[in-house]
Amino acid sequence: MTALTNLTMASALDGLAKKEFTAVELAEAHVRAVESARPFNIFITETPDAALSMAKASDERRAKGEAGPMDGLPIAVKDLFCTKGIATTAGSKILDGFMPEYESTVTSQLWRDGAVLLGKVNLDEFAMGSATITAHQGETVSPWSPGQPGQWDRKIVAGGSSGGSAAAVAARVALGATGTDTGGSIRQPAGYTGTVGIKPTYGRCSRWGIVAYASSLDQAGPMTRTVEDAAIMLRSMCGFDPKDSTSVDLPVPDFRAALTGDIRGLRIGIPKEYRVEGLSAEIDALWTQGIEWLKDAGAVPVEISLPHTKYALAAYYIIAPAEASSNLARYDGVRYGLRVEGGSLAEMYENTRGAGFGKEVQRRILVGTYVLSAGYYDAYYNKARQVRTRIKWDFDEAFKSCDVILTPTAPSTPFAIGEKMDDPVQMYLNDVFTVPINLAGLPGLSVPAGQGADGLPLGLQLIGRPFDEETLLRVGQVVEKAANVTALPPFMA
Amino acid sequence: MSLDKATVAKIAHLARIKVPDGELESLAGELSQILTFVEQLNEVDTTDVPPMTSVAAQKLRRRVDAVTDGGYTPQVLSNGPETAEGFYVVPKVVE
Repeated sequence: MTALTNLTMASALDGLAKKEFTAVELAEAHVRAVESARPFNIFITETPDAALSMAKASDERRAKGEAGPMDGLPIAVKDLFCTKGIATTAGSKILDGFMPEYESTVTSQLWRDGAVLLGKVNLDEFAMGSATITAHQGETVSPWSPGQPGQWDRKIVAGGSSGGSAAAVAARVALGATGTDTGGSIRQPAGYTGTVGIKPTYGRCSRWGIVAYASSLDQAGPMTRTVEDAAIMLRSMCGFDPKDSTSVDLPVPDFRAALTGDIRGLRIGIPKEYRVEGLSAEIDALWTQGIEWLKDAGAVPVEISLPHTKYALAAYYIIAPAEASSNLARYDGVRYGLRVEGGSLAEMYENTRGAGFGKEVQRRILVGTYVLSAGYYDAYYNKARQVRTRIKWDFDEAFKSCDVILTPTAPSTPFAIGEKMDDPVQMYLNDVFTVPINLAGLPGLSVPAGQGADGLPLGLQLIGRPFDEETLLRVGQVVEKAANVTALPPFMA
Repeated sequence: MSLDKATVAKIAHLARIKVPDGELESLAGELSQILTFVEQLNEVDTTDVPPMTSVAAQKLRRRVDAVTDGGYTPQVLSNGPETAEGFYVVPKVVE
């Protein structure tokens, strides 16, 4: 029998239904996996007791014939989702000691459907980053790093900001994990760790109870080892929530039923502007291979144009910091988290925020404050929002001649911790292929598709029409099957 | 766009973030780099293009203006660094 930690969600559900093992056995195996993966610094808070009691309750439900669609499946939760009575830090010192009194809508739906919590996982502070290296609790190391745990030559990044989620899934510590994606924070770490990650359409998943970064861009989504598992988990995470004013009141499809494998006649858009400078030859080759796989399955590639692609990062690095500077104004040392005393109220605010926020978060708040300040609002913020409109129009136009778009997920294989760190702009370029999708509010999926010459994973990204996650997942599974990636990370718990 | 130390100090004050004097210079350099990077947006013709306010093709929903829940003072205050008698406590504001 396959190790319990190496199962997919689909096969674990089968095994539970056939009584081959219990949810408690599954949870125990995963709790041991969490412990064995500690050198990778994946978890900020481990919750073994919660895992075992939730698993016990799951077995009881199943015995009564009341098992939910994810009943008994152990998952990790990005430490950006508020979990009632379990510390939630957003990777920041400023949320030191914060214990939510409420549960985020997305996690409450996962528990409603029977999922089991293993713990809260690492991220870039306030989800601002592409490598999971900026959290107050330290950096996460990818299970793809060559060598023995703790004795790595190069510590490979897991991507970010949902790097703890990606590492947990790749290292066989969790069957799946929640992520959030503001500019690529689900898809890029999925690509970097050989896992599957989907950012649904803006409005699909409730943002209520998720620590806000940039509200017009943030979306939650699942990270898993297969496209089928992503379909299972996405269904539980989605759904209308009156508590989020941007939540969309649409029925949630059975995404798994959409995985028919039949993509005959579908038009696959290939945006010529994504052949950017600095795109590595191996990624270009993989992209071409991806087009061939889809052609072999009966789809029709069509060249499309997204002329404003090159401006997406610049627009993002105005809009996201602007929204962040406003969202993060709430951390003031009064209502929760860290307080550093000062002689006056203003001094207390400044001391608290100076000590509580890390460097990258401070940089983004300052950029946001600047672009929203009197005299610069039109030149920066409004200009960026106008460019955002043009980027959205580009996609509207492109989807007149195609049904789904295929691109690489990231411009290179993952780098090592310590590389690319000096220049913030250089770091931002990791997100060049993922950011436009957030600006346009579209669904995006990253599927593992191969390895680079360095043996590290490479992903392909699919972009869909608004609320057409079904087509996205269907095409994604065709890519997954054609790529048939068999390489495994050097470390598996 | 290049920011000087004084401007960075002013922004930091607006953002209520204490930045030590010794870090203003390097921060000015980093912020200038970012602002230079985003200046490429000026190449885009945005004449008559509306600034995006909502990416979803729907209007914000309105809710009934009514009290539907409440009475959670202890929970609301439970994370406060300093509280007393149902209030948050902050340094003295009015002399």
